[in-house]
Amino acid sequence: MYRTMVRVRLFEERVAQLVEAQEIKTPCHLYIGQEAIAAGVCAALEPRDYVWGGHRSHGHYLAKGGDLRAMMAELYGKATGCSEGRGGSMHLVAPEVGILGTVPLVAATIPLAVGAGLAGKLRHDDRVSVTFFGDGAAEEGHFHESLNLAALFRLPVVFVCENNFYASHLQLFERRVADNILASADVAGVAGVRLDGNDVEAVHAATREAVGRARRGEGPTLLECRTYRWRGHVGPSWDMDVGVKRKDELNEWLPKDPIARSRGRLLEAGESDDDCDGVVRAAATEVEDAVWFARESPYPGEAEMTKHVWVTPDERRAR
Amino acid sequence: MRRLSYAQAIREAHAQLLAGDPRVFILGQGLWSPWYAGTSMHDLDKEFGRERVIDSPVAENATTGAAIGAALAGMRPIVFHPRMDFMLLAADPVINQAANWSYMFAGRVSAPVVIRSVINRGGEQGAQHSQALHAMFMHVPGLKVVMPSTAHDAKGLLIAAVQDGNPVLYIDDRWLYDTTDDVPEEMYAVPIGKAAVRRRGRDVTIVATSYMAAEAVKAVATLETQGIDAELVDLRSLKPWDRDTVFASVVRTGRLVVADAGWQTAGVAAEIVAAIACEIFDALKAPAVRVCLPDVPAPVSRPSEAAYYVGADNLVAAVEKMVVR
Repeated sequence: MYRTMVRVRLFEERVAQLVEAQEIKTPCHLYIGQEAIAAGVCAALEPRDYVWGGHRSHGHYLAKGGDLRAMMAELYGKATGCSEGRGGSMHLVAPEVGILGTVPLVAATIPLAVGAGLAGKLRHDDRVSVTFFGDGAAEEGHFHESLNLAALFRLPVVFVCENNFYASHLQLFERRVADNILASADVAGVAGVRLDGNDVEAVHAATREAVGRARRGEGPTLLECRTYRWRGHVGPSWDMDVGVKRKDELNEWLPKDPIARSRGRLLEAGESDDDCDGVVRAAATEVEDAVWFARESPYPGEAEMTKHVWVTPDERRAR
Repeated sequence: MRRLSYAQAIREAHAQLLAGDPRVFILGQGLWSPWYAGTSMHDLDKEFGRERVIDSPVAENATTGAAIGAALAGMRPIVFHPRMDFMLLAADPVINQAANWSYMFAGRVSAPVVIRSVINRGGEQGAQHSQALHAMFMHVPGLKVVMPSTAHDAKGLLIAAVQDGNPVLYIDDRWLYDTTDDVPEEMYAVPIGKAAVRRRGRDVTIVATSYMAAEAVKAVATLETQGIDAELVDLRSLKPWDRDTVFASVVRTGRLVVADAGWQTAGVAAEIVAAIACEIFDALKAPAVRVCLPDVPAPVSRPSEAAYYVGADNLVAAVEKMVVR
């Protein structure tokens, strides 16, 4: 999990630089500060399980096992990208590891995740479907309808709300009268757990329980993981300049860095600084290799633009 | 050959699809009730179990999204909306998600889902239980849209839609439920994107959709008694639509009337007339004519309804006016 978080962090810090340098132009919503949630949740899943994300899903993609090079190339809009240059940062896919697509419309993948859970239930194939969404998505009708449906049908779905207290530029209390997203679990009659989203061990443990309930046919769980988005809604800025966030708020959250906390625990458990540094060095090398790969890769050919609007009969038969 | 009603044909298609493919299931409102789907879903839940024929809460967004999610995960769902109006609550999953999925992800994942909705015009139901919104969906790349006008095609197009591998909107019309047709017992697919020429003629081409295609069958019979030899093309698929058949017919007759029981502005008829005007304008001997609903929401009171809806009479009048003999 430490390694996963480090890979996500270094990938995104490099992306932030490349966005500032205008080498990457696709809108990138950075996950920096929230890495423990993707890492903790996905460590509790099997490769066959489904994961659904949104606009801020670099972390989900990597944590579930998506190919790092293919994501970097996608951010460059290259033909070697995971979506062959059609998707950019907001449309990531890795079906080989259960990521059937991440899309930026807030809450849009929540009902899709419920559907994948329903597919699993009808096939009796023991797969769990996990949907990652933000606190802003908890204000969408998608969320409430989907939670009810999943509860009613007792579907193997884990709802992971990453409450970073901001929906774009609006703070939680500018959008709802109380800090009560978790109350939706009670309303729907499902298990609900509020946890420290910057504590990767806690996230992992809570997800294991939720996944266990799902696999036993006991229905969905809502996990509210409380965390903080260090950077702006989109792009590399810290948002202080535009007055969206307060410096004291950031100062409170920076010391809760999930990666530093995880490293502290590893050291306490007997891992060495050298081992941890090795993880960081390996990730940095991997990210640089991906940047090289993306830069060297070709753009999609001219004929590609009109392809894949519909699947062809051949593609259909192959599935 | 057996005669079946349009509603029975829809039911038989569902039953054969459920029996033939374990990936197929149905989700939507009113599936266990006698009120919503007429006889088109009668007792399917008893025959195939309520695990696969799932009546749902009133949550169009979540049910449609769930059907799409299940399709992305390898199932072949049919999601049911007993009124097309209700489907607008699921605009995001249909238009933003299902339609775009294959393209966004380079065909690596796609949504083989059928989104069935019913146009239930008339009956003093007013503006929110009677809308025919097919043209809105025809606008969207990535969706296919089919509208059967006969019992034969109602069965064959539903089977084709489930087998297609893409998101297909299947739109049926309650005003057609009691019409009957020869319907083969075996499973068969009516190809999506292929129109049917219901009558050959020399004087004028009538291109019609769904309910108006059924009305057009009556209209061409009336016109025949008046010595007007009309060709009738039942479009069947709105997206993709069969340009080859329509163009060839217009080239032969030189006259075009498009009949569609949806609104006129930016509708199906507008698209067909525009395609003809842009690509084979010289084939036309007279301006094209559209027989559509006026740009007005559906009214309630009986005389207003009678004035609002179009049918065979309107079509006959339009053709008579056009074909100067």
